[in-house]
Amino acid sequence: MRITRRGVLAASAATLAAPALVRAQGTQPIRIGEINSYTTLPAFTVPYRNGWQLRVEQINAAGGVLGRPLEVVWRDDAGRPQDAVRLAGELLDNERVDLLAGSFFSHIGLAVADFALQRKRLFVASEPLTDALVWEKGNRYTFRLRPSTYMQAAMLVEEAAKLPAKRWVTVSPNYEYGQSAVKWFKQLLSAKRPDVEFVAEQWPALGRIDAGATVQALAQARPEAIYNVTFGPDLTNFVRQGNTRGLFERRSVVSLLTGEPEYLDPLADETPEGWIVTGYPWDQINTPEHTAFRDAYRARFNDYPRLGTVVGYDTISAIAEGIRKAGTVDNEKVIDAMKGIPFTSPFGAVTFRALDHQATLGAYVGKTALKNNKGTMVDWRYADGANYLPPDDEVRRMRPQGA
Amino acid sequence: MDFVLIQFLTGLSNASALFLIASGLTVIFGVTRIVNFAHGSFYMLGAYLAWTIVRAFWDWGGREPYLFVLGVLAAAVVVGLIGVAMEMTLLRRIYRAPELFQLLATFGVVLMIQDATLAIWGPEDLPLPRPPWLRAFIDIAGSRFPRYDLILAIIGPVVLALLWLLFHRTRFGILVRAATQDREMVAALGVDQKKLFSGVFFLGSALAGLGGALVLPSQSANLQMDLSIIAEAFVVVVVGGMGSVTGAFLASLLIAEVQAFGIVLLPKITLVLVFLVMAAVLMVRPYGLLGKPQAHARAASGAVEPTLRPAPNILGLAGLAALLIAASAPFWAGAYAITVLIELAVFVLFAASLHLMMGPGGVVSFGHAAYFGLGAYGAALGLRYLALPMEAGLVAAPLFAGFFGVVFGVFVVRLSGVYLAMLTLAFAQIVWAATFQWVDVTGGDNGILGVWPSAWAADKSVYLWLALALCIGGTLLLRRFVFSPFGYGLRAARDSELRAEAIGLDTARLRLAAFAIAAAAAGLAGGVYAYAKGSVFPTYISIPKSVDALLMVLLGGVQTVTGPIVGAIAYHGLFVGILQATAYWRAALGLAIVVLVLAFPQGIAGFARDRWERARGLEAA
Repeated sequence: MRITRRGVLAASAATLAAPALVRAQGTQPIRIGEINSYTTLPAFTVPYRNGWQLRVEQINAAGGVLGRPLEVVWRDDAGRPQDAVRLAGELLDNERVDLLAGSFFSHIGLAVADFALQRKRLFVASEPLTDALVWEKGNRYTFRLRPSTYMQAAMLVEEAAKLPAKRWVTVSPNYEYGQSAVKWFKQLLSAKRPDVEFVAEQWPALGRIDAGATVQALAQARPEAIYNVTFGPDLTNFVRQGNTRGLFERRSVVSLLTGEPEYLDPLADETPEGWIVTGYPWDQINTPEHTAFRDAYRARFNDYPRLGTVVGYDTISAIAEGIRKAGTVDNEKVIDAMKGIPFTSPFGAVTFRALDHQATLGAYVGKTALKNNKGTMVDWRYADGANYLPPDDEVRRMRPQGA
Repeated sequence: MDFVLIQFLTGLSNASALFLIASGLTVIFGVTRIVNFAHGSFYMLGAYLAWTIVRAFWDWGGREPYLFVLGVLAAAVVVGLIGVAMEMTLLRRIYRAPELFQLLATFGVVLMIQDATLAIWGPEDLPLPRPPWLRAFIDIAGSRFPRYDLILAIIGPVVLALLWLLFHRTRFGILVRAATQDREMVAALGVDQKKLFSGVFFLGSALAGLGGALVLPSQSANLQMDLSIIAEAFVVVVVGGMGSVTGAFLASLLIAEVQAFGIVLLPKITLVLVFLVMAAVLMVRPYGLLGKPQAHARAASGAVEPTLRPAPNILGLAGLAALLIAASAPFWAGAYAITVLIELAVFVLFAASLHLMMGPGGVVSFGHAAYFGLGAYGAALGLRYLALPMEAGLVAAPLFAGFFGVVFGVFVVRLSGVYLAMLTLAFAQIVWAATFQWVDVTGGDNGILGVWPSAWAADKSVYLWLALALCIGGTLLLRRFVFSPFGYGLRAARDSELRAEAIGLDTARLRLAAFAIAAAAAGLAGGVYAYAKGSVFPTYISIPKSVDALLMVLLGGVQTVTGPIVGAIAYHGLFVGILQATAYWRAALGLAIVVLVLAFPQGIAGFARDRWERARGLEAA
């Protein structure tokens, strides 16, 4: 058989045109289209997927929403915004999903948010941290769950301002997340403590940190305190070199996200003690909401929850609550219902702010410690996201008109 | 001064790790001429296997240093065997395929290893617990320097010395050096190439595995290791001069030291530093530090490029029919199918533009996405700063990309072969870093949003017709070029530069023209893509995008004019279909590529043409 353009085209056209299944109205599930970087960042996204799966199963076991079960149609975006946008179209046009959710990387979140605006469809961004998502590039159709870069930086600044340290250095991955994390930290800390100065900065490429040289360059600046934004493999590498070379001794370290089990666990017995971090001490939170969540997750997956798990779980909770309040899956009505809607997270009560569609989900701020040769958090407290946002007027100024 | 010493030593230890990986790659490339993408995967496997084996040894005999050494060596040997397995089962079958075709096969292996590693070791980063002797440090000039880093710094030169002995004192080594210089001659003298190649693959892969195993104590085994190292490893190989182990050593030293001191002076330079070094070296020394020009300009497979003939009528009719089917899609297919058709049209032009350089031009580009991305950014920046409407943006896109094509092309066409390809990659990475880091102008990695079409083309069907008109029209125009006097001149320059110049062709200018035309066409594709997606990101310029274009051309068949069209449709169709069908899309796509590679070693269209010509008794040149 000869393979011609015609043959290939006809075959692909036939595949593409296959009609979507038609289901009976009324009992058909409410379909959520979920896109995330499952293969690019499995360490975060696999526990995340388990989290939303658990919540969907719980809700459906309790009779669903508006008497209809929830169904999640999920896709892997391969870590590329252009594919995420195409898949968003596929989910809307072929799978006939009622709304979109997901995404981890900021640029992918922004791409899908812009697509949601174009198609006028609700998008609940679960993971991306970029501030632009709800501020400069905010739109009517996009809601974001996780505390943003600004919020997490603000939580750490509160603690950093109490330190005696005046000479600071920063180390941060060289992309938008790292850049904003450093920008906000500098700006907010300088406002609270006019006497601090930032004497050096390092910008390793994401995933390719040259840890020895970076540690040495930071030490050369003779800082009193270090602000770290690296995470994942870069963090492990940085911590190991820093431990051996003594970078962290007699210095305060303030570190973004490091208390999240995704990033803390790989540090294992080399977890530096006394770092001020944002994170999630999953084993010590014993509120009724969290205990129930942790037990349910253990029973279902025989594993402990990560932060991603909570994010996945809450994404579905928030969506279900929005639809329940709207009493319909009609897109515009659900969006109106989502503005200012309260829902319950394993972390406690959370609201989607009507002002900028940012959830008030917080994070735990505490110190790292070693227990049984494993990293953990001590002296932690829950920092409610609502307390770490700029004044409303400022938010209104940043957000586009009519969004 | 103390700081300089410490930083220099840190650079040395990084250089060693880099050298281990690059030396394996350069040995493999020198002998087999295979651009082995899977080398980074072998490095990753080395780390994962060392994690498993060393921990098993430690559980059994305590955390002794000698058990660590044994575990590392065992991991290297296992990775070497995996390399041999890849050579024997896969690459051996396609040595006679057109140049670079094996790259496609190794890319399939990369994808499969990624999913296999995830399935075996799970998603989390795996650090090797460090016993006290791995955490020890030495006091040098008042600073603490890790003892393990010092050992690493010594391992590099030791491995270099061992390799030198191997290559100069053993029969295998002498054959490897001979094959690096002239592989046909070695074969003609009766050396069993199969054994030689397998041996080289064992050595090269084991070195990669050793590199991965040795960096494990300072980081963790993780799933991003493969892709994060492979580009840098190629840079080292090229800077050193391909096939030269000593060159690779010097290059790793140069790059690691420039990196160690560069980040102190310019902390934000991390994204492009290595590529800047490579561009600078290649401009001064076109064959790398210690590389030599190929003594003979024989094609690697020994076969002559087949003659390009105008398409038979039936192929034209088939194409027309396909075009009509695509254009009529709005009447019978859903909105998503139209989105995919638009993408296919864009990639057909993208692949065809690369093919103009690779096929008739004989100029391989590893950085063709630069021009695709520049076109997209040309349109998006025009919108952002000049409020250009879509119509003007689609004119600006090819002009913007073509302009940079000329600028970069001036430097690029002076080189040849893989050196040229790597210089295009360096330029692409520089463009990528500029879009990534110049946040005020380009929006950084968050890109530029809201690049939507004008009102009259906002409807998906209208945009499909526009995309088909521009992209298929552009592709046909490129095809026209191939069969024009310009195209004949280009092919003459490729097949025999000396003779072409003797009859008065300015080969450098021909290549430059081809480079600029290809860049402009890719830019047009990028512009159409930008308006189809509504946003522009640095990922459009990233290495994977350039690799996509290469895969499309190779899969379709580089020696045919229809190849890139078939390849673009087949590859993107496969990718789209598999990505939405399964979470294990990497394994599935990798397997599909490997199967296609084995089934059609001339590419899909090349295979079809062979059959067609054989059936009609046409001599396959």
